[in-house]
Amino acid sequence: MTDQSYNFAYLDEQTKRMIRRAILKGLAIPGYQVPFASREMPMPYGWGTGGVQVSAATLMPDDTFKVIDQGADDTTNAVSIRKFFEKTAGVATTEETEKATVIQTRHRIPETPLHEDQVLVYQVPIPEPLRFLEPRETETRKMHSLEEYGLMHVKLYEDISQHGAIATSYAYPVKVEGRYVMDPSPIPKFDNPKMADCPAIQLFGAGREQRIYALPPYSRVVSLDFEDHPFDPSKADHPCDLCGAEDSYLDEVITDDAGGRMFVCSDTDYCRARREAGHVGAQAPAMKEGAGA
Amino acid sequence: MKPLLQVRDISKFYGARLGCRDVGFDLYPGEVMGIVGESGSGKSTLLGCLAGQLAPDTGEVLFDTRGEGPRDTLKMSEPERRMLARTDWAFVHQHAREGLRMGVSAGGNVGERLMAVGARHYGDIRDQAIDWLGRVEISEDRVDDKPTAFSGGMQQRLQIARNLVTGPRLVFMDEPTGGLDVSVQARLLDLLRGLVREMGLSAIIVTHDLAVVRLLADRLMVMKDGHVVETGLTDQVLDDPQHGYTQLLVSSVLQV
Amino acid sequence: MIEIENVSKTFTLHNQGSAVIPVMEGAKLSVQPGECVALIGASGAGKSTLMRMIYGNYLAASGRIVVGEVDVAQAAPREILTLRRHTLGYVSQFLRVVPRVPTLEVVAEPLLMVGEPRQASLARAGELLTRLNIPERLWGLSPTTFSGGEQQRVNIARGFAHAYPALLLDEPTASLDAQNRDTVLSLVEEAKERGAAIVGIFHDEAARQRVCDREIDVTAFTPVAA
Repeated sequence: MTDQSYNFAYLDEQTKRMIRRAILKGLAIPGYQVPFASREMPMPYGWGTGGVQVSAATLMPDDTFKVIDQGADDTTNAVSIRKFFEKTAGVATTEETEKATVIQTRHRIPETPLHEDQVLVYQVPIPEPLRFLEPRETETRKMHSLEEYGLMHVKLYEDISQHGAIATSYAYPVKVEGRYVMDPSPIPKFDNPKMADCPAIQLFGAGREQRIYALPPYSRVVSLDFEDHPFDPSKADHPCDLCGAEDSYLDEVITDDAGGRMFVCSDTDYCRARREAGHVGAQAPAMKEGAGA
Repeated sequence: MKPLLQVRDISKFYGARLGCRDVGFDLYPGEVMGIVGESGSGKSTLLGCLAGQLAPDTGEVLFDTRGEGPRDTLKMSEPERRMLARTDWAFVHQHAREGLRMGVSAGGNVGERLMAVGARHYGDIRDQAIDWLGRVEISEDRVDDKPTAFSGGMQQRLQIARNLVTGPRLVFMDEPTGGLDVSVQARLLDLLRGLVREMGLSAIIVTHDLAVVRLLADRLMVMKDGHVVETGLTDQVLDDPQHGYTQLLVSSVLQV
Repeated sequence: MIEIENVSKTFTLHNQGSAVIPVMEGAKLSVQPGECVALIGASGAGKSTLMRMIYGNYLAASGRIVVGEVDVAQAAPREILTLRRHTLGYVSQFLRVVPRVPTLEVVAEPLLMVGEPRQASLARAGELLTRLNIPERLWGLSPTTFSGGEQQRVNIARGFAHAYPALLLDEPTASLDAQNRDTVLSLVEEAKERGAAIVGIFHDEAARQRVCDREIDVTAFTPVAA
């Protein structure tokens, strides 16, 4: 059902080759930010132009594509990117993590463990972890090349001195294979451990900043911390109110103007699959229970 | 005792214009050397060449490294030189904001060099930062304040703490008291003198203020138009200047 | 301990037509340990100039100035600094210190510089200040705020804090009252007893009589006008 006025996956073949070269270089040097000639895409910056270009260069005609935004398959951003590739590449799409071969994500890693035949593509707004402490790009590049990462700990030090604990809760910096410090994109720190030793390929694309970086399968990924303030991948201390999951990252949903609220899985596919398997949370709609009975 | 720093034939040109020419001297452990001269005399260019911030056209800067003895810092690789710059060397800028991270707390500023050399225990880093703030007379309750909330003199003292926390052996100072009130200068000079003595620091101080070198420097080097015109003991050069330019410089100081 | 041979001194005024002014010629002096030699001569005869040359503050044009084993006229700055730190003390007429440093620290500094323990150094400083009648309530203040006489006594205390083997005294008793004058002269006598070689300028003749073994008239070293 490919719209014949587009090349497969929108980008021309030369551009895709250029991006693939950047991806291969990124995989060869885990965590290193590879510059690439980011193209104008038919969507605004900040809507995932980097991730879309990486997906376009990665997708094959028989791939199955999944897009999540904050864990959800049904938000505007996720829907429009999924439709974009349905139209320009004609690939199959799915909401099920298990069935997808390429997953583009904004701000989350799926709860369902990934496997070797999958590629996870992250949308990255700001690829440079040192940016907020050292605004000069010339200087941050030098710091990466010389492995001068003291500044990264200054940021964590400032967190503890101001908040009593490391308050950075997303885009929590990691060190890759004992070498490069990397911004994992704005995923919650709860997801950081999933990056480590992951069987899937993880690719990161920053469109506006024109950078691609990557984690090959089974990479060593360590979240930075202090000996006396170890890394803590915390989340809301609550089970999902819909599916009862204790181990998934939760969104807090305000349900009325009288203080009513509920915690639900941010990964909609994970929550749905659990509910379909019969798991029930504290505030699950009664009809579900009725259906189950 | 062998020299900590041996400087040989340093020349630096900016195109056809001379920065400094044929400068050489030895600096021994614990010695403080002043470099004086008017604006444009080449003293800042020289300091930049010595501290690895500028590449001179000729010459050698041999530093007695802890591990391997004297090595030409100009021939070191950049990582080596930068490592030296954050361990054994320190650089105190005239303007504190050039030497501080203005968006980072006082404690973070002092702790940065510790973290840069691998300190990973928050409590220890903070204790050391507070200890150093105390040594430069900044009270403990300011440890989490940003330098933007500090006075000029406090910023300068913070810069010194940030530089000295890793126990460097050689400190470069570029007009360390420039732009400060006279009373604040005196306090800073006193502090620097105490630290130099207690830590056995060697220092090279560039300034145009003869009062500063009289109080801080053991030896003096007078520069004019990129050349060294006179060197010697600080009090000897100031009280019995031999070169015409030095005589003019000394006699031009306003007396109070 | 102090040997001066054939020392001459000229000042060249580069900014005043390069006028060369000879101020001293053929200066000769020898001071043994435990001896105090007074420099005499009219004002402007070169007493202070000679003293400053011994200290390395003025450059000698020619000759030898040997203090201990160092020829000050030839030595590198570093050697002179070491000499001043350990061997050669100087009480000038003016106190020159960093503003803000407490008096007790100012006096103890020469001891701290040679690595004496802090407590012992401060104790010695306090003892000297007491002898020179500087009230204890002033010890924590900077001497820059003191009267001329008080500054002079602080300067003397500082000069006698460390037991230098050689000592230069420029008018140590000037502007002191009788009691403090007596204390200073006692300090000089004590220094002699422990074997210090001393060169001093004393306008006060009675003081010279009391502490000096010999007098050298520096007028003899004044160059004959060409």
